[in-house]
Amino acid sequence: MTKYVITVVGRDTVGIIAKVCTFLAEEEVNVLDISQTIVNGYFNMMMIVDAQKIDSFNEFQDRLLKVGEEIGCIIHCQHEDIFNMMHRI
Amino acid sequence: MIDIKEAIETNRMIEEENLDVRTITLGINLLDCADRDLKTCCQNIFNKITTVAKDLVKTGEEIEKKYGIPIVNKRISITPISLVGANCCKETKDYVKIAKVLDLAAKVVGVNFIGGYSAICSKGMTKSDELLIRSIPEALAVTEKVCSSVNVGSTKTGINMDAVRLMGEIIKEAAEYTKDRDCIGCAKLVVFCNAPDDNPFMAGAFHGVSEADAVINVGVSGPGVVKTALEAVRGESFEVLCETIKKTAFKITRVGQLVAKEASAKLNIPFGIIDLSLAPTPAIGDSVADILCEIGLEYAGAPGTTAALALLNDQVKKGGVMASSYVGGLSGAFIPVSEDQGMINAVEAGALTLEKLEAMTCVCSVGLDMIAVPGDVSAATLSGIIADEAAIGMINQKTTAVRLIPVVGKTVGDTVEFGGLLGYAPIMDVNRFDCSNFVNRTGRIPAPIHSFKN
Repeated sequence: MTKYVITVVGRDTVGIIAKVCTFLAEEEVNVLDISQTIVNGYFNMMMIVDAQKIDSFNEFQDRLLKVGEEIGCIIHCQHEDIFNMMHRI
Repeated sequence: MIDIKEAIETNRMIEEENLDVRTITLGINLLDCADRDLKTCCQNIFNKITTVAKDLVKTGEEIEKKYGIPIVNKRISITPISLVGANCCKETKDYVKIAKVLDLAAKVVGVNFIGGYSAICSKGMTKSDELLIRSIPEALAVTEKVCSSVNVGSTKTGINMDAVRLMGEIIKEAAEYTKDRDCIGCAKLVVFCNAPDDNPFMAGAFHGVSEADAVINVGVSGPGVVKTALEAVRGESFEVLCETIKKTAFKITRVGQLVAKEASAKLNIPFGIIDLSLAPTPAIGDSVADILCEIGLEYAGAPGTTAALALLNDQVKKGGVMASSYVGGLSGAFIPVSEDQGMINAVEAGALTLEKLEAMTCVCSVGLDMIAVPGDVSAATLSGIIADEAAIGMINQKTTAVRLIPVVGKTVGDTVEFGGLLGYAPIMDVNRFDCSNFVNRTGRIPAPIHSFKN
């Protein structure tokens, strides 16, 4: 399993989760966990996904950024290890 | 499982607080490139660098994307060239030829800098060391990417005052050679005491002879992250202050460790060390001086600065060592002037003087760094300043360094612009009382008593 963390930050509107999830389903990326919160009035979502079936991570990331542009959110996709390393001993 | 708050915190550090990996530095041994013939030696050097480092920049960019963390510089450090060129360089212009080859190789592989146009002469200078040193002004003027350093002393050997005297003259000459470009040559030249073999930071990086054939060293940064963390504990006790710095340093260093391990695996080159430094840049909010202000000073340079810096340096190390399997290099808080907006502000406000900076170098990670001084300062005065710094390093068993820029045609009240990560600097005043009778004595200052530990 290759776990990536997708974070979505932007103004809260209808359909953000739906749009991102639809995109991930089309890419055959399995969502393992979703959590969301509001920070300083901004919608924050974090998804942990299994991206094992992705061939080119670079191209996947570019397509994901485009989805972000469409819904007016900033989307990042990072390997889980950066968070594990920083926050776990 | 990762918590959303942790994910938000990490990304805030990267996006808003300038957290980055400052450099992946690939150390390359060039001893096997030495030859009696200069042309062959140059060819060997070019071939080795462009082979070993061919994937460095690409790998760095892949890691940046994978983890979403900027890796600002990809650099190369090499065996001190005075060793590699000893057999084939008979004149200074022979060394300059090697410098041009290094510059070309660096451009071909796409790295930001290549360090190691260096001589290690802490006890004595070989003929080759002296030739290389005398070639430095021209070499730095005709190249872009090449960085140079000279080690003039160590706790074990004492201080080579002949080298100190020579370096005062060389710095003046380097300024003269590049006077049409704000004396940029001097910004690429460091004079060390106790130079480490595994430093990934420029301009003083070189690949020491104690190292393997190739090695990956990583330098981390993140003054902005520490500053923001401290904003949340304003007015709290020293215990809380220190704990906060330690925890933050741990997080920053862990990112460096992750990047270093990944780069090492991808390039199939052993991981050397993490340099757990707070390295400022001229960007707003990426300042070590701002951390000192957050600790409780009006400006860096106010009374209490040395104590605050000592505390900061120590806590960064304490938090960092636990985060990495191997630490080394310079490790600590850097206090350059031109590369730190908070330091520049302090100088302009009259709060920070060269003498206070000298005191701060007793407890920071390196020394007098990126300080612009008037162009008419004498070589002897520069040598005197170098000797003072080297003495601090020798006695305190720490690395110290001097990177001064005597800006030709400028004086106190003027500023000088270097651009990019090197920033800009107000010209600082220098104590002009004469020290030439001291500097002109020949020989070396003996090693201190506490160096005899066998």
